[in-house]
Amino acid sequence: MTMLTDRQQLSYIAAQAADARVNLELETEGMTLNIGPQHPATHGTLRIIARLDGEQVVWAEPSCGYMHRGYEKLTEVRTFPQVTALINRIDWLGSFANEVPFILAAEKLMGIEAPARAQHIRTILFELSRIANVSLFLGDLGVQLGAITPVFMAFRDREYVLNLIEGATGGRFHPNFDRIGGLKDDLPAGWIDETRTVMKKLRNFCDEIENLLFGNEIFQSRTRGIGVIPRDVAMQYGLSGANLRASGVDWDLRRDQSLPMAWNKVDWKVWTHNDGDSFARCWVRLQEVRESTKIVDQLIETLPAGPVMTKVPRIIKVPEGEAWVATENPLGEMGYYVVSKGDLGPFRVKIRSASFNNMSITPWLLKGVYVPDIITILASLYFILGDIDR
Amino acid sequence: MSTLSVLAIDIPYWAQSLLRVLGGLVAVLLPAGTIVYVFLFKMMSFMQSRLGPMEAGPFGSLQLFAEVGKWLQKEDICPERADKFIFKLAPLIVLASTFLLVAVVPFGPDAWFTNFEAGIFYALAVSSVSVLGILIAGWASANKYSLLGGLRAAGQLIAYELPMVLAVIGVVIQAGSMNLQDIVVAQNAGSMFGWDGVGNPYVLTQFVGFVVFMVAVQAELTQAPFDMPIAESELVSGYMTEYSGFRFLIFFIGEFATAGVFAMIASILFLGGWGVPFAWFGWSDIDSIDNWMNIVGPLILFTKMMLVVFVIMWVRFSYPRFREDQLQRFAWKVLIPISLVNIMVTAILKVAF
Amino acid sequence: MPKIPGLFKGLGVTLGTLSRTVTEGANTVQYPHEKETPPIRARGVIALHEGNCTSCMLCARSCPDWCIYIEGHKELAPPRRAGGKPRQVNKLDRFDIDYALCMYCGICVEVCPFDALFWSPEYEYSEPRIADLLHDKAKLGEWMQTVPEAPELEAGADKKGKK
Repeated sequence: MTMLTDRQQLSYIAAQAADARVNLELETEGMTLNIGPQHPATHGTLRIIARLDGEQVVWAEPSCGYMHRGYEKLTEVRTFPQVTALINRIDWLGSFANEVPFILAAEKLMGIEAPARAQHIRTILFELSRIANVSLFLGDLGVQLGAITPVFMAFRDREYVLNLIEGATGGRFHPNFDRIGGLKDDLPAGWIDETRTVMKKLRNFCDEIENLLFGNEIFQSRTRGIGVIPRDVAMQYGLSGANLRASGVDWDLRRDQSLPMAWNKVDWKVWTHNDGDSFARCWVRLQEVRESTKIVDQLIETLPAGPVMTKVPRIIKVPEGEAWVATENPLGEMGYYVVSKGDLGPFRVKIRSASFNNMSITPWLLKGVYVPDIITILASLYFILGDIDR
Repeated sequence: MSTLSVLAIDIPYWAQSLLRVLGGLVAVLLPAGTIVYVFLFKMMSFMQSRLGPMEAGPFGSLQLFAEVGKWLQKEDICPERADKFIFKLAPLIVLASTFLLVAVVPFGPDAWFTNFEAGIFYALAVSSVSVLGILIAGWASANKYSLLGGLRAAGQLIAYELPMVLAVIGVVIQAGSMNLQDIVVAQNAGSMFGWDGVGNPYVLTQFVGFVVFMVAVQAELTQAPFDMPIAESELVSGYMTEYSGFRFLIFFIGEFATAGVFAMIASILFLGGWGVPFAWFGWSDIDSIDNWMNIVGPLILFTKMMLVVFVIMWVRFSYPRFREDQLQRFAWKVLIPISLVNIMVTAILKVAF
Repeated sequence: MPKIPGLFKGLGVTLGTLSRTVTEGANTVQYPHEKETPPIRARGVIALHEGNCTSCMLCARSCPDWCIYIEGHKELAPPRRAGGKPRQVNKLDRFDIDYALCMYCGICVEVCPFDALFWSPEYEYSEPRIADLLHDKAKLGEWMQTVPEAPELEAGADKKGKK
């Protein structure tokens, strides 16, 4: 007989119970549908085990870890400069945003702060990676719901943003541009003018997506009232980012905590929505892209002159201590708890990635919905596999 | 009157049959190939600001042949636990319904395969045969996604069969015939309030019927926004999931050939089919039409078909898809009442005028 | 003005894109026929300036996934001044980078104290076999030809840009 872990046994009992419920009501037989690990709607290798009664989900559970790469463990055997190259790969669509909290935590331990110009450029690149990330979400949303055109528009306009990131950092996907104490390099000439035109294009793209997708009655009927997360449930499950703001919680780490970044120097708005359904989540993200383009526009106008790197030793040793820094990443709150013992590399790093916590609500949320709504809800929750499995 | 008797050649019966089979192949495959190239490859790409296939042939025009070659080379996989015989039969049923459908389509005054009285009745009847193929494809694949897709397809195609029939009834009442040839003649020979400049295409008088028919056709073809049965992002192409190689090719051709044939039927019912308004050339009825219409007629029909397919594909590339229950609700609560009212109004007006 | 239903707006967007593609051309590039020039800083491939390398192993040690292989030996070079002692120099025997492993993080380029490694935007070096992606110092030296000048910096930048 095969040995079962407690967890497997529990889920087996739950499945049995779900079956019994199905059988009692209609005398029908339940069906277990494995959505994933290879499925176009799961953005990678997420597996959702769903027990169906006809097309209705009776019980669902996400099964993560098919793409676990062990970043927390890997960071323990790398030096601090090497870690940024690794953690780029966590949320691979907004990679620059992954570097920032780790670097900020390391800087906090060392008691240094990046110069003002570096802070500005960091914030610009952070917002650019948010735009690149969320604009792909907006296109992908269409594909998940059956419209094929939006994703090509998203790829088209995201390309401009990636070109910007590549122009400044050298890497399209994995910039690895952040250094402890500042940035690797300054911006190349002509970059700011290019950014200005690209931001116009991106706002245009938002309008296009709004006309093509958000205004569409079919889209609205597919998303409105589907997967409603009430305010208190959202807070109990520890959601963050746009998923939380769509449930009416006005909480954004960019505004609500003071970090050595440039968000508090510009004028922008945190969008919230009271409905808490899939449409609200998508809509909040759309508004966030617009807001990000405004932040970038303002920041490139007020870029201060100066160096982009403070004095740091050539071989970086972070003093002993512990630090926790979290930022509002494209997917939600992303934080690093860095423990240093005074060595070249961190002793232990705990990564709090947004998608992993956002996924925790799926068993609660998927109960009772139809199979097509699973896709809508997963798409609107917006996770990235690398961010779940790390 | 046979297809070729107009050319005053005496052809034996077997040769006529052979010619009809060849003609049927051309009438199904040529529009299907054109639709795939013009709309699926090129129009979709342009709508997404890309160029589409460009390498095979000038502007990628031979891409479809390359794809066919690729599919024919692929292994014909049959899942271990599938019901092998039915699994292999299913694509053929789907394609057969397309060939049966094209049999009643008139391409010119004398250019048709068969010309019988209950033509439109027959067309609507054989178009539902494809449901059978899709249902057994979903069932025989031994795949949960395919099963869901097949069941969805069955539910959807049956639900949309009804508004389609009801939308056609308006046309039948107005033309006073179920013969497709007669419907074409009635449109082109007709006049609106005494003016016969454009004849009387039923898209003007039966506009509601036309819209309902087009929506139903969209659903019948399982094109977005009614592509719930194939839904590649949730059901991984539904009933087609397990098919590969040339069986998938048959499904693929079937999809676009059926689109072409339905577009032909739509243009026959509502846009005047192969004809031009008879008043332009002073014709009065079908016997007085010049013989060159047998050559030009198919081209006119082809042009109108492309127009209709353009609309179908345009909608397909722009819209997200409905959910299954919304789709059923839309058919039973919106389309069927509208088409019933349309029939009533048409009948009243028919009696009144 | 009455509100246009979203369904028709959506059709308008796709038709607009269609006409834009037909009149102004597509946003895509027909790759093998026309090529985009990557930005100056693009991290395409690592080029080696062999003369500068002292086989100090700093790059190999700082590489996060250890994809640089260096072998060298010590050699006696003729003295600089007449009558001086012969100098001891490190001679590079092998400098291989396994591009199948490389993460393109750029740490090696940064730590190199003698400016022997450079980024080149060259990107067309794919191979049919994964083992062929292990490039030796001759190949890495060839890429030195494609290394561009460092870009001008944006206004307000403090230091002069290096490489």
